[in-house]
Amino acid sequence: MKAPVLIFSWGNPSRGDDALGPLFAERLLSLNLPGVECLTDFQLQVEHALDLKGRERVLFVDASFSAPPPFSISSISPDRDASFTTHAMTPQAILHTYCQLEAPPPPPAWLLAIRGECFELGEPISLMAEQNLAAALEWFEGWLMN
Amino acid sequence: MTFELETATHPENLKRIAIEPVSRVEGHGKVTILLDEDHKVHQVRLHIVEFRGFEKFIQGRPYWEVPVMVQRLCGICPVSHHLAASKALDMVVGAKLTPTAEKLRRLMHAGQILQSHALHFFHLSSPDLIFGFGSAVAERNVVGIAAAYPEVAKKGVLLRKFGQEVIRHTAGKRVHGTGSVPGGVNKALTLEERDLLLKDIYQMVVWGREAVQMIRGLFEKNLAEYNAFGRFRSHSMSLVRADGALDLYHGGLRARDADGKLIFDHFNYEHYWEVISEDVKPWSYMKFPFMKSLGPDEGWYRVGPLARVTNCDFIPTPLADREREIFLAYDAGRVSGATLGYHWARMIEMLHAAETIKDLLHDEDILGTDLMARGERAQRGVGVIEAPRGTLIHHYRVNEDDQVVRANLIVSTTHNNQAMNEAIRQVAKQYLDGKKITEGLLNHIEVAIRCFDPCLSCATHALGRMPLEVSLEDAEGKLLDRMVKDEHGVCSE
Repeated sequence: MKAPVLIFSWGNPSRGDDALGPLFAERLLSLNLPGVECLTDFQLQVEHALDLKGRERVLFVDASFSAPPPFSISSISPDRDASFTTHAMTPQAILHTYCQLEAPPPPPAWLLAIRGECFELGEPISLMAEQNLAAALEWFEGWLMN
Repeated sequence: MTFELETATHPENLKRIAIEPVSRVEGHGKVTILLDEDHKVHQVRLHIVEFRGFEKFIQGRPYWEVPVMVQRLCGICPVSHHLAASKALDMVVGAKLTPTAEKLRRLMHAGQILQSHALHFFHLSSPDLIFGFGSAVAERNVVGIAAAYPEVAKKGVLLRKFGQEVIRHTAGKRVHGTGSVPGGVNKALTLEERDLLLKDIYQMVVWGREAVQMIRGLFEKNLAEYNAFGRFRSHSMSLVRADGALDLYHGGLRARDADGKLIFDHFNYEHYWEVISEDVKPWSYMKFPFMKSLGPDEGWYRVGPLARVTNCDFIPTPLADREREIFLAYDAGRVSGATLGYHWARMIEMLHAAETIKDLLHDEDILGTDLMARGERAQRGVGVIEAPRGTLIHHYRVNEDDQVVRANLIVSTTHNNQAMNEAIRQVAKQYLDGKKITEGLLNHIEVAIRCFDPCLSCATHALGRMPLEVSLEDAEGKLLDRMVKDEHGVCSE
């Protein structure tokens, strides 16, 4: 049986602050939270719509170059946007794809965008991003309880 | 020498259009076009604006880490890098793989081909093909396909998902798999996993056949346009099996000229540098490979599905082989030289991948547990594989302390560099010359690039960084006109 809460993060762990999403999932995994499944990938892709099936709620987590620090959180809905690049498939478009593939509505979903500043190949995560990640994890505890 | 439309004679008098980034391809690319006052095209270039630098990143690392590390080069075909690096490092550890190890790697690779080709065709290219190259940008995307043709979109998703499941069961993890290691694999396929995949594979073969019919139908409807679109003559290169069969995992290098005549055949890739060299151009980070015997001006070539399907003598799975025969004979052979023929060839390969998975799942060796081999240690290793986009070369030198001291990677998209430039120059001449530039017309350039399914860089991304900006400047760089498409696909002046 699928865990009712899905945390879906994405990013490239070898690309500096782009690792924020996978690191968020990694830290949660180490807590072994009951009822929570963490999935991660390099990029958000169409088939991830199938991972939403059977969930009570979903939290998408990504690094963001434009979110206000330390992070932003927003409730998201299906949107027929034009996610026109392979790596810009938005969570909203994933929800929309879910509606095309499965019976709508999709599970309630949020986007946690953690602010990063450096995305260079081979760079470690920046100090600022590390702090933003800590703030996001602290926020997550409250979100999970609610 | 420069090629036609590569360099304008008097660029100072021309207007410049930049398409940046090229959308629905992997990574960041830029196309620049120089036009005169009458919109006549004088120069077209595909630039790669991101420097890879991955070879440097690997240096100093222990060799056994490399097959896992290189997957981070790319979020689209990490398995191809995983396997090419493993093959190179098999040479370093002196291993001749056990039958089970080789078949598990082949299974993983077929899963990768299936999922990558499904994503590219159904979700990246079919919007152009179904809605039209110049159709409204708001519908020309995967969500538009899902709305108008939900069954097509659904099959694309499920084919891709199945390929990912094959990878998960063979690589051990959904992403950053560790299944392939120097000398073999570290994970056996369990009976339960095999049966789980067997349950769905027959449906995948059926959908694979339908996908070939779909692209064939699109050609039938638009034959003249598809045949002429971005057409150019080119040599081709790919791996082939010892008997001339299509083999995406292993073989010798074969190159043919545009008339099908062999340039070299069954060349041992462990010495690839004896037949291939790389040229540089001051305006691009990406190198321009060429066949040494022909030189940089005449020796460039294309790789990938179209090169492979036309280069081989046959496909060793019956359904795909039959489709290959139809493809090669279609319209008296003209389709197999068309740039858009890449899509048809790609679907034939996707069908072949599905058939290969079926056959391997029925092979007793696939459930074996003899996974590792070792031999005499060497300091150099070369691994070549036919990745979804084309021939992928990994070359490493490892010192006595097991550290990588040199790495050279020639990726599929680099092989296709000149070919992609040729395609967009042809399209610019065919569609843009003398016309007022619109977003729909510029998309024709992108359609030509997408035929090659290029992977222009690594898997970096971040929210809010993916606009498409088209700017028109005069020779001094003064902005004359500008169109911006934001990350939600909304266009503004």
